[in-house]
Amino acid sequence: MKWRFRKPSVLPGFGLTLGFSLTYVTLLVLIPLGGLLLYTTKLSWSEFSAVIIDPRVLASFKLSFGASLIAAVINLFFGLIIAWALARYNFLGKKIVDALVDLPFALPTAVAGIALAAIFAQTGWIGRLLDPLGIVIAYSRAGVVVALIFIGLPFVVRTVQPVIEEFEKEFEEAATSLGASWVQTFTRVILPSLLPALLTGFALSFARALGEYGSIIFISSNMPFVSEIVPLIIVTKLSQFDYVGATAVGTVMLLATFIILFLINAIQIYSREKSL
Amino acid sequence: MKFLYTQRLFSLAVAVLALIVPSIHAADISLLNVSYDPTREFYKEYNQAFAKHWKEIKGDNVTVRQSHGGSGAQARSVIDGLDADVVTLALAYDVDAIAEKAHAIDPNWQKRFTHNSAPYTSTIVFLVRKGNPKGIHDWDDLAKPDVKVITPNPKTSGGARWNHLAAWGYGLEKYGSEEKAREFVSKIYANVPVLDSGARGATNTFVQRGLGDVLIAWENEAILSIKELGPDKFDIVVPSISILAEPSVSIVDKNVEKKGTKEVATAYLEYLYSKEGQRIAAKNYYRPTDPEIIKESESTFPKLKLFTIDALFNGWGEAQKKHFADGGEFDKIFASIKR
Repeated sequence: MKWRFRKPSVLPGFGLTLGFSLTYVTLLVLIPLGGLLLYTTKLSWSEFSAVIIDPRVLASFKLSFGASLIAAVINLFFGLIIAWALARYNFLGKKIVDALVDLPFALPTAVAGIALAAIFAQTGWIGRLLDPLGIVIAYSRAGVVVALIFIGLPFVVRTVQPVIEEFEKEFEEAATSLGASWVQTFTRVILPSLLPALLTGFALSFARALGEYGSIIFISSNMPFVSEIVPLIIVTKLSQFDYVGATAVGTVMLLATFIILFLINAIQIYSREKSL
Repeated sequence: MKFLYTQRLFSLAVAVLALIVPSIHAADISLLNVSYDPTREFYKEYNQAFAKHWKEIKGDNVTVRQSHGGSGAQARSVIDGLDADVVTLALAYDVDAIAEKAHAIDPNWQKRFTHNSAPYTSTIVFLVRKGNPKGIHDWDDLAKPDVKVITPNPKTSGGARWNHLAAWGYGLEKYGSEEKAREFVSKIYANVPVLDSGARGATNTFVQRGLGDVLIAWENEAILSIKELGPDKFDIVVPSISILAEPSVSIVDKNVEKKGTKEVATAYLEYLYSKEGQRIAAKNYYRPTDPEIIKESESTFPKLKLFTIDALFNGWGEAQKKHFADGGEFDKIFASIKR
């Protein structure tokens, strides 16, 4: 295994850039997160576990991780299709669609939440059509998933699109000329080389969904045990001036997310080495 | 050479004068008022009135900067070091939190101004759709099975805590026991389809999204909604009993001592009790406390039986602990009605 430093590039500046990177990451990421962990140590183990195993907190963990996972899977699938269409075909208004994909990045999430709630509420454009069918999106768990799909979509598209663009068409043509069906070409030739990028997009979309707050609180009904997300629990605790409880929940969230992202990264490295 | 020297001396003298003169003449004072969301318009108007008043009696120019947000979040900012001179928050508990967590306010702050340091008050009323199709007249009607009630989450919204306690107080008065009051409030919460995180969010859900039959709201917000959205869409229903909501004001001792603004900050809050301050409050739909101004604005504020939080809940400290802390009454209710 190659767990050593990569050999520095022939260009000078390795020491300087590494030093800069470490300082920068420490100041902006490690110190705030370290502060969070340090704050958690104020709690005894029993206090900490009491905060975490509270049924209301557990219900919110289930919802946050479940809804984020569903949203990330949906984004993985549809993001790939959008990226494919944008990378491979030319059509009228392609530039506009391309720009639209980035919109969820730029739009304030609270605005997104309010807009989605307005559209999917019983009186809204889409909600009005779904209501007779008995489908309720706004003010339910489904609303949470819809908001998470919205904010997570660009992550998959933007990580996969450049890989598809760089993917040599000749590979596909070679596969076809050797007698592969299009299904075989897709699953054996194209998908393996897209897999690392897809996993990255999935991980980013998933992580983003876990931390999302602004849009959810407007489209979810925020009912305890039903549609409360973890970030809302944290805000709830903060508004009771329960800093310690909020930190405990935040820390669990952080650790769980870290483990999941670490696993996804490991799979990604594994699949990349395998495909090379 | 000599000419140059004189010129320099002259410009120096001018510079020194320029520095000294205004401070003899009129000082420029800046105050920061940290308040909660719905008071924005009220304080905008009041600040101008106070600036004029202070200029008249002291000759100094006061500019008051305003900061608005959720009451609890605003209190947290002050605890974390926002240099507020005065706080004018939605509930005494938030001011208590600043006193307790940051030691920035004298613990006896509530005794420093009259009426529990609440220069204007409000109460909790209902906003219903025009014509009151569900026939909602009192708290009992909110507990009926076919009524959908919109109220924010008391855990995140200071305003919603007043709603919760108002309903609870009604239950206590009407049914006589804690047990029955809990049962009554549970029935109301079972009718709630959405718990918004803040009062404005709940108003939006009710008004813009068309969700629910009744919105439990502060009286000033309800009147404002009607004025803004046209009286042809909503009606206000005043229940037989409600809670006396007392938004609290206090100077932030630690900050005014550091900045030397204690005198003007105190005067700023005292002036809220003056005829003019009271009139501006009434104009912005807060109930005045001055008897004369109450008479003037009788037509805006219907009479109803009001109980105080001190009388029924023994003050905010206990109410908070019993009802809204983790594992408190609110959590118990939701644990029992979870679906």
